[in-house]
Amino acid sequence: MAWFSRHSRLALGMGLLVAGLLQMFSGYLDPYYMRILQISAINVALAVSLNLVNGYTGQFSLGHAGFMAVGSYTAAGLTKLLPEAVPFFAELQPASQQIWFLIATLLGGCAAAVCGFVVGIPSLRLRGDYLAIVTLGFGEIIRVILQSNDTLGGARGLNGIPRLTTPFACVALAVISIYICGTLVQSTYGLGFLATRDDEIAAESVGVNTTRCKVNAFVVGAFLAGLAGSLNAHLLTTINPSHFGFLKSVEIVVLVILGGMGSTYGVVIAAVVMTVGLEQLRALNDWRMVIYSLMIILFMLVRPQGVMGTLGVDKARAKTKRKPV
Amino acid sequence: MLDVANIKVKYGQIEALHDVSISVPEGKIVTLIGANGAGKTTLLRSLSGLLPLSNGKVELHGEDITREKPHRRVARGLAHVPEGRMVFANLSIAENLEMGAFLRKDKDGISKDLAYVYELFPRLEERKRQQAGTLSGGEQQMLAIGRALMSAPQCLMLDEPSLGIAPILTRIIFDKIVEINQERKLTILLVEQNVNLALEISSFGYVIETGNILFEGSSQDLRNDPRVREAYMGG
Repeated sequence: MAWFSRHSRLALGMGLLVAGLLQMFSGYLDPYYMRILQISAINVALAVSLNLVNGYTGQFSLGHAGFMAVGSYTAAGLTKLLPEAVPFFAELQPASQQIWFLIATLLGGCAAAVCGFVVGIPSLRLRGDYLAIVTLGFGEIIRVILQSNDTLGGARGLNGIPRLTTPFACVALAVISIYICGTLVQSTYGLGFLATRDDEIAAESVGVNTTRCKVNAFVVGAFLAGLAGSLNAHLLTTINPSHFGFLKSVEIVVLVILGGMGSTYGVVIAAVVMTVGLEQLRALNDWRMVIYSLMIILFMLVRPQGVMGTLGVDKARAKTKRKPV
Repeated sequence: MLDVANIKVKYGQIEALHDVSISVPEGKIVTLIGANGAGKTTLLRSLSGLLPLSNGKVELHGEDITREKPHRRVARGLAHVPEGRMVFANLSIAENLEMGAFLRKDKDGISKDLAYVYELFPRLEERKRQQAGTLSGGEQQMLAIGRALMSAPQCLMLDEPSLGIAPILTRIIFDKIVEINQERKLTILLVEQNVNLALEISSFGYVIETGNILFEGSSQDLRNDPRVREAYMGG
């Protein structure tokens, strides 16, 4: 792990290379497994980005699905609704369609980031449970707005979104998210995030602008969630407001807690294991969610500090092993 | 160096500081003593910008910093060691000290100051990879002071460094405060409940009670003042 921390650029390059290779050979690989792989990668991006807010900066957010929804709908609007209205976009070649998809995804991320900024502002005044309730409210507001908006399909949502998501895009997003969040907390600037979580008054007293740290965490987290939302929409080809309810936010929070609040690698492991595990449990039919929940409870009893233990394990600076808190 | 004129601080409707004026001359140790709830911590927090003033003026080096944000005040050379130590418990000691230099860009100066802090408190260097939360109270206080020094301050505000610390360590820490003051020519505002010690190392003192400055005077005079002896030094 420490190796990755010290050679983060190289690891980023390798990750992208793996993503490229997967893309090249995707034709030879089992489509079912490729799909699970893509969903896992999207979940990794979601969990890692939420970890930046909840784990590293210590701001409890329950609105991650809301950011995801904003990204999904913005991007899907640009790739599905816009071509229906403007013929130019309907006649794009596959290659230029991919470029348009990239632009749409980035715009989705930006729209989510703007929402992240707006939600980040209450976080300056509220903490703990109160902030959780505000973010929860935000998620619900987004869901209700989408549900009552007929242009965006109302409760039926959007169907027939072009399947533009590629294995490369998913894995690349996961790798980039890990890179951004991983390197951020290793920088001195990123230490400011950890300091904000540990003690706000002390952080202020050494000159950390905790206000900016908190808002930045929300903006970056929301941006990545928006990107993940767009890829998710163009993978499933259908989205509707009920996908982005409270439960979806909780699912992502569960990944962060299982991974160990504040450990990027732990969260990555949790996201992959949970996604793949949930697929493997399909054979159990009705019992699937019961077993799933039981597994979570048992895991938390056995290892309450998460997969990697809390904090800092993935920091190259820490030469000695830290005790879990 | 640090001049505070007629400040008022309110928590909601309740006024915690009524009309406080103090002055800390350059290179001196000035102490502010008083009982629990007198407003000592409130005053320090308002000086470092953590609490808004409802009236009054704060000047550092003759420049008005009343409306400055906390991180701007740190950049201007005003460092605050908060009450109850407040180290970053989950970060290592080295990282805590690195946090102290958060706003600085001069690498050479930072490593020089780091060496100074380790020289001042060798125990911190011995344990630099250790999580700060695992330190003893006295060691955490040393770390909090060291962290404040890392911001290369001109004026250091200490909030009850003796709080909850073994007497022997308190002695060491107070000696270090004097050492910092003399070697670094650092101006120090020391808030204390341990009146004996505080008046021993300072040159001037203020006595604060329920949000008002009751007396002020040279530390020598205050130590001999029967009212101070009666109220704070056990007669």
